[in-house]
Amino acid sequence: MTTALEALLRCVAVLVVFLTFPLVIGQTEHKVMAHMQGRLGPMYAGGFHGWAQLVADGVKFAQKEDIVPAGADRRIFQLAPAVALLPYLLVLIAIPVGPGGFVGQALDAGLFFVLAVMGIGVLGSLMAGWASANKFSLLGGVRSAAQLLAYELPMLLAAASVAMAAGTVSLTGILGAFHWWWVPWQIVGGFVFFTSGLAELQRPPFDMPVADSEIIFGAYTEYTGLRFALFLLSEYAGILVLCALTAVLFLGGWHGPLSADLGWLWTLLKTFALAFVVIWLRVTYPRLREDQLMRFAWTFLIPLALAQLALTGIVKVVIS
Amino acid sequence: MPPLPSGSVGPTGHTEHTGHTGQSHQRGSGHSGRSGGSGGFPGRGLAKGLAVTLRTMTRRSVTDQYPDAQPELPPRSRGVIALLEENCTVCMLCARECPDWCIYIDSHKETLPAAEPNARARTRNVLDRFAIDFSLCMYCGICIEVCPFDALFWSPEFEYAETDILELTHEREKLREWMWTVPPPPALDPAAEEPKEIAAARKAADKLAAADAAAEAAAAAAQESAGTTPPPGGEEPAP
Repeated sequence: MTTALEALLRCVAVLVVFLTFPLVIGQTEHKVMAHMQGRLGPMYAGGFHGWAQLVADGVKFAQKEDIVPAGADRRIFQLAPAVALLPYLLVLIAIPVGPGGFVGQALDAGLFFVLAVMGIGVLGSLMAGWASANKFSLLGGVRSAAQLLAYELPMLLAAASVAMAAGTVSLTGILGAFHWWWVPWQIVGGFVFFTSGLAELQRPPFDMPVADSEIIFGAYTEYTGLRFALFLLSEYAGILVLCALTAVLFLGGWHGPLSADLGWLWTLLKTFALAFVVIWLRVTYPRLREDQLMRFAWTFLIPLALAQLALTGIVKVVIS
Repeated sequence: MPPLPSGSVGPTGHTEHTGHTGQSHQRGSGHSGRSGGSGGFPGRGLAKGLAVTLRTMTRRSVTDQYPDAQPELPPRSRGVIALLEENCTVCMLCARECPDWCIYIDSHKETLPAAEPNARARTRNVLDRFAIDFSLCMYCGICIEVCPFDALFWSPEFEYAETDILELTHEREKLREWMWTVPPPPALDPAAEEPKEIAAARKAADKLAAADAAAEAAAAAAQESAGTTPPPGGEEPAP
C-alpha cells in the first residue's frame, strides 16, 4: 500500500515538474531572447515583467476553436499532439535529480529507455505532417523524419560513450561512477549529444522542419487551439528533457560542492544553464539549409562521436 | 578537434569555406589544416555571433515603454501643426501651398472707421475659420515654412488619434490650444549669426541711443558755449 502511494506521489511530482518547468523555460526564452535583441519582451501579463505571459497564452489557446481539416485523417490528426508530448513525460520519470533515490523511477536500462522513448516524440510531427493532408505539413513531417534519422545516430553513439565509461546503462549508475575528470574526457561526446538533441527537437538553428518562412509551420500548419499548444509545450518539455539528460550524462548531474544535501540543486542549475544555451543558440544563429543540416550530421557529428567512442575505449583500457 | 566537414557549419562558415577551397586549389596544395578564412580558429565567426548576442543582453534595451512613460521627443518633432491665430493675416499662402489642400480658411473684410477726421477708412481681414484636416495632412511642413507672419508652428504633441476620421479635422480653437505645447526654439550655435529680429531691434536701439547721445552732446555743447554767462542761480563766482 505504501509503495503504491509512494509511486503515485512520485508520478504526481514528475507531472507537476513536467507542467511547470517547460513554462519556466518558455518564459525565460521570451525574456532572454527579447533582451538579446535589445527589446523588453512581455511586460504586462501578470503585472511584474509579464511573468504570466505563458499562462495568458494558454488561456488564449484554450479558447480557440479546435479545427480538423476536411481532408485530414481525423484520428491520426487528433492523436499526433499526444504522441509528440507524452514521450517527454515518460523520459522525465527516469531522470535522476538527486542522490539517494531522488528520481521518479530508477530503471536498470535507464539510458536505453530514455533514448528509445525520446525518439518517439518525432513520430508525433511525422503523424501530424502526414495526417494534415497539406503539402507544407507533409514536407515538414518528412524533414522531421530525415532529421531524426540523421541525428539519432550521433546521439546514440555519444550516449554509448558515457555508458562505456561508466560500465552501466543505468542513469543513477552512471552518476554513481562519475568523477570530475569525466567532463573534459567526455566533452566532445557532450557536444555531439547536445547538438544532435537540439536537431531532434527541431530547435533553431536546426529548425528546417518548421521553417516558417518557407513551409509555414511545417507539420503543425493545420493545428489550432489546444492541440497546437500541446505541440509547443512538447518543444519546451523536449528542451527540459534534453538539458537534464545532458547534465546527467556529461556534466555530472548532482555532483558538485555540498552534493549530499544540495544535489538536486546542482542538477537543476546545470539543466537551466543548458536551457539558457539552447535559447542563446536560437537567438544567435540563422537556420541551416536542408543539405547543410544533413551534411553536418553525417560528415561532422558522426565522425566526432566515433572519435569520442574510440577515445573512451582507449582511456578505459589504459585505466583498468 | 577533427577538421570541420566540407560544406561547413554556419552561415559564415559556408562562405569562408568556398573561398578557402578556391585558394588552395590555385596554390595546388592540399588541405593542411583550416585557418578559418580570415585568420583565427575555425568557428571564430560562430563564437563572435554568440558574443554579440550576449553583450546585447547585458545592455539596456532600447524600448520606449510608451503608454506608461512618455517618449523623449526631439524639439523639432513633427507632431501636430499649431496656429498662433493672432499672427494670422489670412494671406492664404499656407492653404494655397498645401500639397493636399487640407487647410480650410474662411474670412471676411472689416472696415475700420477712420481714426482721424480726414483719413481714409482702413479695411482689415478677419479670420472666421482656420481648420486643418489631419486625415489628409502628410506633415510636409510646407505651410509652416511658407507662413510669412509666424502664425504656424510644429508641436511635438502626437496623441490626437480619433475613432472617426471626420473628427481629425481640427478647428482653430484646438489649433490654438496646441500652441501651448510648442517648445521654445532651440538655442543657436555659439558662433551663429544673430537672428534677424534681434539684429533689427538692436540696430533700432543703437540708432535711438546714438540720437539720444547726439542730442545730449548738443545740449552740453550749447551749455559750454553759454558758459561765460552763468545760468541764473549759478554759485560759480565770475572770473
